[in-house]
Amino acid sequence: MTSITGLLDRRRTIPQKYIPVLVTAGLFVAMFVTGGIRYENFATGQIILNVFIDNAFLLVVAVGMTFVILTGGIDLSVGSVVALATMLSASLLKDGWPAYAVMVLVLVIGGVLGLAMGAIIHYFEIQPFIVTLAGMFLARGLCYTISTESIPIDNPTFTDIAQTRVNLGGDLSVSPSAVIAVVVVVIAAYVLHYTRLGRNVYATGGSEQSALLMGLPVARTKIAVYTISGFCSALGGLLFAFYSLSGYGLSAVGMELDAIAAVVIGGTLLTGGSGFLIGTVLGVLVLGLIQTIISFEGTLSSWWTRIFIGMLLFVFILLQRVFSGGSRRRTP
Amino acid sequence: MTEHILRMSGITKTFPGVTALQDVNLAVRRGEIHAICGENGAGKSTLMKVLSGVYPHGQYDGEIVFEGNRCEFGGIRDSERAGIVIIHQELALSPQLSIAENIYLGNERARRGIIDWNRTNYEAGELLKRVGLRENPTTTVSDIGVGKQQLVEIAKALSKEVKLLILDEPTAALNDEDSAHLLDLLRGLRDEGITCVIISHKLNEVIAIADSVTILRDGHTIETLDMAADSVTEDRIISGMVGRALDNRFPPRTPAIGEEAFRIEDWTVYSPSQPGRKVVDGASLMLRRGEIVGLAGLMGAGRTELAMSVFGRTYGVHISGRVFKGGKQVELRTVQDAIRHGVAYATEDRKRYGLNLIEDIKRNISAAWLKGLSRRGWVNEYEEYRVAQQFRGSMNIKAPSVDSVVGKLSGGNQQKVVLSKWILTEPDVLILDEPTRGIDVGAKYEIYVIINRLAEQGKAVLVISSELPELLGLCDRIYTLSEGRVTGEVPREEATQERLMYLMTKGQE
Repeated sequence: MTSITGLLDRRRTIPQKYIPVLVTAGLFVAMFVTGGIRYENFATGQIILNVFIDNAFLLVVAVGMTFVILTGGIDLSVGSVVALATMLSASLLKDGWPAYAVMVLVLVIGGVLGLAMGAIIHYFEIQPFIVTLAGMFLARGLCYTISTESIPIDNPTFTDIAQTRVNLGGDLSVSPSAVIAVVVVVIAAYVLHYTRLGRNVYATGGSEQSALLMGLPVARTKIAVYTISGFCSALGGLLFAFYSLSGYGLSAVGMELDAIAAVVIGGTLLTGGSGFLIGTVLGVLVLGLIQTIISFEGTLSSWWTRIFIGMLLFVFILLQRVFSGGSRRRTP
Repeated sequence: MTEHILRMSGITKTFPGVTALQDVNLAVRRGEIHAICGENGAGKSTLMKVLSGVYPHGQYDGEIVFEGNRCEFGGIRDSERAGIVIIHQELALSPQLSIAENIYLGNERARRGIIDWNRTNYEAGELLKRVGLRENPTTTVSDIGVGKQQLVEIAKALSKEVKLLILDEPTAALNDEDSAHLLDLLRGLRDEGITCVIISHKLNEVIAIADSVTILRDGHTIETLDMAADSVTEDRIISGMVGRALDNRFPPRTPAIGEEAFRIEDWTVYSPSQPGRKVVDGASLMLRRGEIVGLAGLMGAGRTELAMSVFGRTYGVHISGRVFKGGKQVELRTVQDAIRHGVAYATEDRKRYGLNLIEDIKRNISAAWLKGLSRRGWVNEYEEYRVAQQFRGSMNIKAPSVDSVVGKLSGGNQQKVVLSKWILTEPDVLILDEPTRGIDVGAKYEIYVIINRLAEQGKAVLVISSELPELLGLCDRIYTLSEGRVTGEVPREEATQERLMYLMTKGQE
């Protein structure tokens, strides 16, 4: 008797935290298959690789966002930091700085911005929403102090990276940016699942007060995730600069919301403590695939992407509710 | 005129995979206070949810007859219209609204959609008089204490012309004074003809107030006792609840007490919210190895505040005093310091402060000792799993696996996870704050066994508890705390409830 109920429990409880990720994966496969049936030349490996190529910067930004959301926070500044990173790169390169020095400097600035916001959030106990909203305005405003115009990038290192394709055998190839994004994902997944920092992220998001009373370094963890997010945003900005070969203060407007959407579609709880990085990857892929399908459709304008993403978010949050309904409701 | 105001018969309620109630019968006489007792998970709350329409008709089998009519409630509104009001353990008040607004929430005193505030406040005032609450109806609910909030809930029920009032653990969060007041009020309501059903773990209160008691166990009705006719004692009720006579609620133990392990001297803590108020005032305590020491005190005496301020200064400001560990003075400035010096504190509110409820068992157990389970920041997951398995066995944590989510475990098993977590840090001193709060009788015994085992291993254990019988049954020595001051130190042989209560109330005049 007990062994049977035990088995049943096992079947019910273990996959529960994986269900949202599995749903997203299923959704992705369904979209891909539908696209393949509907359009010629769709069901190829290169289509998926193109999604990676076109969304490498979003993927990197969403990785940072995943860390923040897992602690129960939010980072609204990422889009502006991406724009700031492109502007800084473009203007410094124009002034004749060496490419690698520019990259390092941009990454450091992104990390420091994140660190500062994290410190303010933790030590002054201000809501992350407000602090990062301020950070968002600040970074966006700094873009315009550099220039209000778009600055083209003609630095040979940057243009090389933009034009290089890494051959994967067959007819498949990806851009260096996509490779960088995948490397970031792998490192981040390892950090989240196999290190103490990762554990502290989940514990802080699950219950900050409990984490404090367990002696976990909550302060360090919270500051670390915003630093990671700032760093990822700056890296995303560099990838965006490779992609667009320009710096512009109006680029990546609203990207913070795309990143949040990707994380949520990937099954991470906005309240923190539960979710997986692979879910975020799938979330970005789903968003990218919607764009691809709409471009294949041809007759639809690009703003249909937004409508689909909006509907998808709704459907997805409803699905999460339905599948995990039992666990949310308490039976005392 | 039926003798019974309520008769529930043959109630069966199943959830997927679980039968929560099996053929349960409950008969409540008009104008009595009827207690329902049972261990956690016995089905008390489920039964009340069936009665109040939270689980609508059709989702359960069986029959409900209220005031002679068969009832098929489709929701809470239906049952409230019939005159059944349930007050849940977690109060359902809106903290930012006034007392009067809360009382008439969803039932506003309005004329053509416009709220008549004069009438609202006047009538609320009348209700407050009836429940004996001396507060202005316009006071914001968050400004009054939990005890008074409970009274507001009752006033709200009265505003709905209640015939049957159901209270789920009404005194769980109240101090003795507020509890006593509440029980008086219930007696008063009974005299006015309102029938009460009360679910309570506090058996002394059940004995004091109930006219009859129905005992549930594992979703079955065990028996209904008439308090006047049968001579009902606490032990009688407990034996019904657990299905065996409890000759001994505490496991036997031969104390082997060693030298001094932990001492605090002249410990003073100020309140962080009320500047200048001393919450702990010059307290000194000493624990020996292998000793179980109790800390008794009424609500607000500063027990938890004392413990938390010692444990890495997690409570209070302007903390002063000295802490000695094994005779040497130590500074415990942070929780990490405390853990490093072998001090552990298991909180009284394990759901909020003790556990990550959405995480699994193994990660909760390892959380405070990740340092020992990892190298250069990388967690050894194999070791973590092994350790968790070991604790699941030795602590008898009842769960399908160590991957089970902690939030789904029963209170007793959650507490075992909390204790496992701290035992893993290999502490010499454990401070256990209300270790058996909200835990059913069977699991309490298991927790006592664990506490005894810790003492046997030579650890010093400080138990904070509101239940004096628990302290008397468990501890070698008991300190009493009153208004932040240590007012007494009583060895086991001299300790009685009366003596402790005298010391706990000393200096409160």
